[in-house]
Amino acid sequence: MEQTSTHTEHRDDTASKIGMWLFIFTELLLFGGLFIVYSVYRFKNPVAFHLAAEELSKLIGTINTVILLISSMTVAMSISAIQLADRKKAILLLSGTITLALVFLVNKYFEWHGKFEHGLYPGSQELFDLGQGDILFFGLYFTMTGLHALHIIVGIIVLTVMLVKVIKKNIQSDNYAQLENAGLYWHLVDLIWIFLFPLFYLIS
Amino acid sequence: MSQNEKHHIVKYRTYIFVLLGLLTLTGISVAVTGLNLGPFAVTVALVLAGIKSTLVLLFFMHLKFDQPVYGIMVLFVLAVFVVVMIITFLDYSFR
Repeated sequence: MEQTSTHTEHRDDTASKIGMWLFIFTELLLFGGLFIVYSVYRFKNPVAFHLAAEELSKLIGTINTVILLISSMTVAMSISAIQLADRKKAILLLSGTITLALVFLVNKYFEWHGKFEHGLYPGSQELFDLGQGDILFFGLYFTMTGLHALHIIVGIIVLTVMLVKVIKKNIQSDNYAQLENAGLYWHLVDLIWIFLFPLFYLIS
Repeated sequence: MSQNEKHHIVKYRTYIFVLLGLLTLTGISVAVTGLNLGPFAVTVALVLAGIKSTLVLLFFMHLKFDQPVYGIMVLFVLAVFVVVMIITFLDYSFR
């Protein structure tokens, strides 16, 4: 209740959070549309989808799932740390989140590289010979995981900005709405992966 | 200081428990694919993914601790998605 600072800053944390959620909804519906496309094509090509999914590495998929889940926890913890005014811990947790995100991308690079080596990329002769179902499966695979990877890259940029702000003390225990919103974005990325993982990697 | 409402500070321990739950569910969904459940495999996978995303939404995204308005909006968007999904499949099934 006590007034600690003389200047009154105009800020509405609730409004900014609602704005962030509205943005997240547009993202959810963007991926939602792709999930609907996926379900329709899978419904029409069930066998081809099952066989094509065997090309994907369950191990890399599982490792990336674990990485994203842990990174989601660390970013959530960094908010608690800021609220408790524990700046050092927040910096450590945010750096950890960014590192895990980078590891995710490295795994993704090796995964895609392996597919390209086997001649599996959109428009390849190999896929053309395999038939319609495989073309659809890998088309969706590259589109959806690619779009998701793009979100990871954006997330890394956003989280890096937040890390710098925490280091520069622009984000503090009484002013952390930005960090909360950045965290929400990162959880969205995690949320999408939770559905991508079983639908692409675990259907063989 | 207190801008809008009281801020709930979530304990680190809570997050660790949620993570352990999420990892367990991931383990189960990977293990289940080896069982060859046939047509139920998709249902099981989606139910597990649904529980996982609920955990993320409630705890990591703070829906459990925030004002109800955010949660209501999320439910509304999910309802929109489900309706579009149902309409699409009605269309494809009865063509």
